[in-house]
Amino acid sequence: MLKNRNILDSADIRAKRADSRRGAAYHGQGRSSKRCNYPMRTVSLLTGFLALAAAAATTGAEPVRFNRDIRPVLSENCYRCHGPDGNARQAGLRLDRREAAVQAGVIVPGDPQASKLVARLYDPEPLRAMPPVWSNKKLSDDQKALLRRWIEQGAEYEPHWAYIPLERIEAPRGSAGIDHIVNAALEEKGLRPVGEADRRTLVRRLSFDLTGLPPGAGEAHAFITDDDPDAYKGLVERLLDSPHFGERMAVYWLDLVRYADSIGFHSDIPINVYLFRDYVIRAFNENKPFDQFTREQLAGDLLPDAGSAERVASAYNRLNRITNEGGAQAREYLAKYATDRVRNVSEVWLGSTLGCAECHDHKFDPFTAKDFYQMAAFFADIEEVGVYGSQIEPLIRVLPDESKEEISSIQNRIRELRQEGGRLKSNRENIETFRAYLRERLEEWTTVEPQRVWNDCAHPDISGCEDIDLRLEEAGFFRQVVTGDEKPREAVQKVETKLDGETITAVLLELFPSEGFDDFYLSEFDVKLLREDGRQESIGFGALVPDRQGTDSYLRHTLDGNARSGWQGDLAEEGPRRAMWVLAKPLQSKAGQKLQFTMTYNGRAAKMIAGLSRLAVTESDFPELPPGEDLRQALGTEAKLSGKQGGTLRRMFRQWTRSTSAWREIRKLERRRAELFDHADECLVTEVSEELREVRILPRGDWMSDSGEIVEPQAPHFLEQIPVNGNRLTRLDLANWLVDRENPLTARVFVNRMWKMLFGTGLSKVLDDLGSQGETPVNQDLLDWLAVEFMESGWDVKHVIRTIVLSETYRRSSEPSEALRGRDPDNRYHGRQNMRRLDAEFIRDNALAVSGLLNRKMHGPSVRPYQPAGYYRELNFPKREYEPDYNQNQFRRGLYTHWQRTFLHPSLMAFDAPAREECTAERIVSNTPLQSLVMLNDPSYVEAARAFAARILQSGRSDTAGRIDFAFEQAVSRKAAAQEQEALAELVASQLADFKRDPEQAHRLLSVGFARVPADLDPVELAAWTGVARAVMNKHEFVMRY
Amino acid sequence: MLTTDMRETRRAFLGRASMGLGSLALASLFKGKLPAVAPGISGFPDRSQTIKRVIFLCQAGGAAHLELFDYKQALVDRDGEPMPESFTKGQQIAQLQGKELRILAPQHPFKKYGKSGQHMTSTLPHIGGIADDICIIRSMVTEQINHDTVHTFMNTGFRSAGRPSMGSWITYGLGSESEDLPGFVVLTSEGGAQSQPIAARQWHSGFLPSRYQGVKFQSGGEPVSYVRNPPGVSRDNQSGLIDAVGKLNRIQGEMIDDPEISTRIAQYELAFRMQMSVPELVDFSNEPQHVLDMYGATGGDGSYASNCLLARRLAERGVRFIHLYHRGWDHHGDIKNGIEETCGLVDRGSAALVKDLKQRGLLDETLILWCGEFGRTPMSQGDRSKAGRDHHIKGFSMWMAGGGVKPGFSYGATDELGYASVDNVVHVHDLHATILHLLGIDHTKLTHRFQGRDFRLTDVHGKVVNDILV
Repeated sequence: MLKNRNILDSADIRAKRADSRRGAAYHGQGRSSKRCNYPMRTVSLLTGFLALAAAAATTGAEPVRFNRDIRPVLSENCYRCHGPDGNARQAGLRLDRREAAVQAGVIVPGDPQASKLVARLYDPEPLRAMPPVWSNKKLSDDQKALLRRWIEQGAEYEPHWAYIPLERIEAPRGSAGIDHIVNAALEEKGLRPVGEADRRTLVRRLSFDLTGLPPGAGEAHAFITDDDPDAYKGLVERLLDSPHFGERMAVYWLDLVRYADSIGFHSDIPINVYLFRDYVIRAFNENKPFDQFTREQLAGDLLPDAGSAERVASAYNRLNRITNEGGAQAREYLAKYATDRVRNVSEVWLGSTLGCAECHDHKFDPFTAKDFYQMAAFFADIEEVGVYGSQIEPLIRVLPDESKEEISSIQNRIRELRQEGGRLKSNRENIETFRAYLRERLEEWTTVEPQRVWNDCAHPDISGCEDIDLRLEEAGFFRQVVTGDEKPREAVQKVETKLDGETITAVLLELFPSEGFDDFYLSEFDVKLLREDGRQESIGFGALVPDRQGTDSYLRHTLDGNARSGWQGDLAEEGPRRAMWVLAKPLQSKAGQKLQFTMTYNGRAAKMIAGLSRLAVTESDFPELPPGEDLRQALGTEAKLSGKQGGTLRRMFRQWTRSTSAWREIRKLERRRAELFDHADECLVTEVSEELREVRILPRGDWMSDSGEIVEPQAPHFLEQIPVNGNRLTRLDLANWLVDRENPLTARVFVNRMWKMLFGTGLSKVLDDLGSQGETPVNQDLLDWLAVEFMESGWDVKHVIRTIVLSETYRRSSEPSEALRGRDPDNRYHGRQNMRRLDAEFIRDNALAVSGLLNRKMHGPSVRPYQPAGYYRELNFPKREYEPDYNQNQFRRGLYTHWQRTFLHPSLMAFDAPAREECTAERIVSNTPLQSLVMLNDPSYVEAARAFAARILQSGRSDTAGRIDFAFEQAVSRKAAAQEQEALAELVASQLADFKRDPEQAHRLLSVGFARVPADLDPVELAAWTGVARAVMNKHEFVMRY
Repeated sequence: MLTTDMRETRRAFLGRASMGLGSLALASLFKGKLPAVAPGISGFPDRSQTIKRVIFLCQAGGAAHLELFDYKQALVDRDGEPMPESFTKGQQIAQLQGKELRILAPQHPFKKYGKSGQHMTSTLPHIGGIADDICIIRSMVTEQINHDTVHTFMNTGFRSAGRPSMGSWITYGLGSESEDLPGFVVLTSEGGAQSQPIAARQWHSGFLPSRYQGVKFQSGGEPVSYVRNPPGVSRDNQSGLIDAVGKLNRIQGEMIDDPEISTRIAQYELAFRMQMSVPELVDFSNEPQHVLDMYGATGGDGSYASNCLLARRLAERGVRFIHLYHRGWDHHGDIKNGIEETCGLVDRGSAALVKDLKQRGLLDETLILWCGEFGRTPMSQGDRSKAGRDHHIKGFSMWMAGGGVKPGFSYGATDELGYASVDNVVHVHDLHATILHLLGIDHTKLTHRFQGRDFRLTDVHGKVVNDILV
């Protein structure tokens, strides 16, 4: 997708490509030349070849290759001053373009003696010699000789390997293709690969690589003893189908896109975005094509028919660090967010350090500062502010899967119940009869005739109670009378009435104007059933029906126990008011029981007490009508109902014709449904802002400057440009461009990282820079073959992984032969596999899995494992208390851990998990004493060890050797060797002796964590075996994948 | 990757399969000297080394230079007058955005201290008492006007996250001299103003290997995360267990040729030594009363004073970079009382640390820095009766003391209103270059390749401030 008007010197890209591949044994001449965009240059291919061949023949030396041999040297030592960055360029000279270097006479192709470059390299005068002393750069004699030879051979340039269009390399399809290419390279080097790893190693390797979890002991055993030649294939498919595959892949992806649970700057307050994490897990599990995965993240909100999944995916654009620090300047931080996104998108998809072009043109790669800001402009439509308050928005609400399932089963059940009841036909006649019936029933209230009314002076919030009196009047009315000097601020009115076996479905409170009592503020409303035996039962409410539309939320506040909120009105102004509380379930009373009503008037404004009131109850099946359609009013007349009202009436009719029990059940289900909707998850998402932010080139990245040119979104200038067609380009255009078949970078970047995930090192070692300063892949054919395979499979992620793990190359032993150790110590030719330490999260998962504590629940809000007290002490605004989960969430997989960017969980951090403030393509892998302290002393690991110990003791093996074998089988999928048996037998003895001497210590050790200690186990023995379990889990092998 | 030589060592090392920790007789394993917790890379120091370690006393929140070290008569004379626009126009501003800008006089008297007559506030009498030992710089500048980003800048030389902090760079270059403590230790305290958050990023090793990460000590509870044995596990029990782990790893080493095994074994032994040494380190019971009194420390109470004492103990034990943060200088309001309170909390401990190191002969090989992440405005913030000062980056003050630095010396100046550094300006990059220089490191040479580029603490800037060096 390199632009036609390319910056790549004089060479034909395809020709150069063929050139760079010379010597590979399998490389035929029949490579497709479908995309013959450079017909004129095809000629130079031939001449180039001849020239090279001639040069090689005359000098008798191996031809020097620009990408492999020369570019790294020039880039490292010369480009800083003689490269793409025009502002830093010295003497007007650039060495990154052949014609420029030749024109300047610095390079004279074929004549090193005449080339100034050579002269300056060898100049004995330090002040003239290149590179200059101050640069701290120095070429080795070999490098100088190489440059010489290259000039001698014609000083041919090659386009940078990563920007060359991807074409299929001829090799067998499937995994055999990998082996073919790898073996050819090995053969060329005269290296022999090692054999396949043993089956134990394979099952563990695959399991960790594809799921991040160890194989179960049974699973491992079954595979090890399975003679079926297809057993390995079967294992691969099982693991690819495992839901844990998505979790494993998410760890890799979330590092790249810097997913975390907090904003990252200053106060580092929480951010609601875990649904994005779950989206990523699901995407990998469903094997969502990578192109679609890309589009949804960058532009999910812009997709036609974007559903909640796509909108959640768009949270990608909001994963940058965000500030809410007082005194932060919005414009400055908007600039920071913009640059953050450019860095991320270019590192994640393009494997490029476009971020380096924020202040100046890139020093080594062809990216210009304008490219940088053009990339930023794609994101200028995102709704955001520079400095947030306590809530990071916009959020959307999404139902969790469990709720969706429950709601769908609720809908089904409601449908069933409705069908059960449908006996009477809902014809016109029946409906009219029903309407008349309903009209009567709607007003079918029975006024409560209280036995007793009084003001509750015992209530703690009440003052001035002695100055008032609540008096019972005729017809159920009760009146508040002021007896003292002044109307009090608050009142708690109590009304008690006897019951006589009636059914009550709703309660009505009516308030009337009276002298001196105009405003009312009912903060709480409460009804209690007083049983004969003196016990009280609170009545729960479902629907609340105000007399004015849209005020039901205020009515809801009468149930919230909070005096600061309630239902209010002005009776003098508005006339009588009424409100209905529908019971959550109908109350079937018994004779002798009483009902007690409490009306609390202690709202935030003083003296707002109702003066004259009355209560009523109903037994009606229809105490309320569906809201919002003025049905009540319509029913009261003979007028024709609207279509919507008619529909509602017919629904009510069908409902009414069912049995009462069905009716009740439906009501219950409907309430549950409402509750589920209330508990939906929230997720920060991308929304398009009404106004586009203006994006200018900022000179030296200075956000205060207005002097730079305003830029529009566009791809980096030296790559294929996106057609504009009059409309401003969008994030969707960018996404489509990234996953275009012609994009030379995206697929290379992805498969390179997959290779790294499965082998420990990328084919190009520098995962985050495929540019000039990165590494030309040792086996570029392999990288390109995989990249094409990836794209042509429809960006099928599982296909790429399957293809790799089924190869012989993947299955090789990770132990080098003597020859490989000597001649390819870094294993760049893949004569063997690599040994790798597990990632932080998987070390924890492994311990939990082996202990039996692992909770395999997926998705949902992040969880909180134990953490040292005071670890969040340096957080503020607000201060943070960390409360670990004392429930099964404690034992969830590491990737669900609450990710506090400024204070990442110390166990994860010790094992090199990144804070995710920036894109991490490759985690550091260290080996430190702090890791040992975590494995030895972190309560999570101690608890896992004691749970593991309990499993060992309950394994049914009673002898020490058998138990040690069991422990090994569980922890490392093998029996213990004789020496290991011996070492651990000694440990068992000494641990037993220790805890026998002081059994109190055994109890203390067993109290770590909250997992249950089996009561039937001897604490001393359990503590001693906890020691053994700790030793096994602290083995180096336990954190390794071989 | 392992070279053949190293492989030989590994075989020999693993051969001693029965070695135990029991009596901590580890020395024999390593023929004499124990390995440091984090050895440095080779090639450094690359020039003569004046100091061995750094103690950075960070006055976090932003200590007001105009209240402490930079006396401006003009502020007194023009107290309450509008700040001339010529100073502030087009400049960054934090919480005073859109507010009326008025000059605020220093809230406490200044005094001349010592033979050198260093001019500074009367609210820091103890530091005044060591005036002849310190070098005051009154011309600092930094970038980034908010706490989070400016700390990041002060510590890593760059505004965005992801680069190593200076403590990491320095231990990366020189390693730690300690056999049982990390090379880079962080201590925090608070009091005197609202405590601004400080992210773990500030002592992170960025793209450098993780063993160069700062280890934060806590007061109360475990001094270092996971340094205590689990409940019910005695020292002997733990040591027996680590012995067994070592044995198992050695056996494993015979089964598979994994070069990381020998490192892992060594890390467990180091971990155990840390477990032994940290409790002793934080136990002040052997400190004589007069020493405690000198610092104003009552024991390991997490105060700034006791952190200063702990810093001395860390220095004695060979820790390379000791970073204290006192989160108590963000005086947006009521700076008169606030600054007095914060000064009261840090004054005695700061001075005691200098004096104590001096009397122990350690000051010459130590560099102490006393510095906020930025300064505060000449303009007042908030109601005049309870005025404070806002964040300020164009000019502020710091002092340093120790090996190689001119004692009793003042350097640089801000303009007449204390707004911008104008004379002998010292940028944070220059400070970094100078610190590295004193440690025997050419700041342009200590680099690390990441994402295809050689990064360094001073980015592409920095010059050693030779004028302040002896």
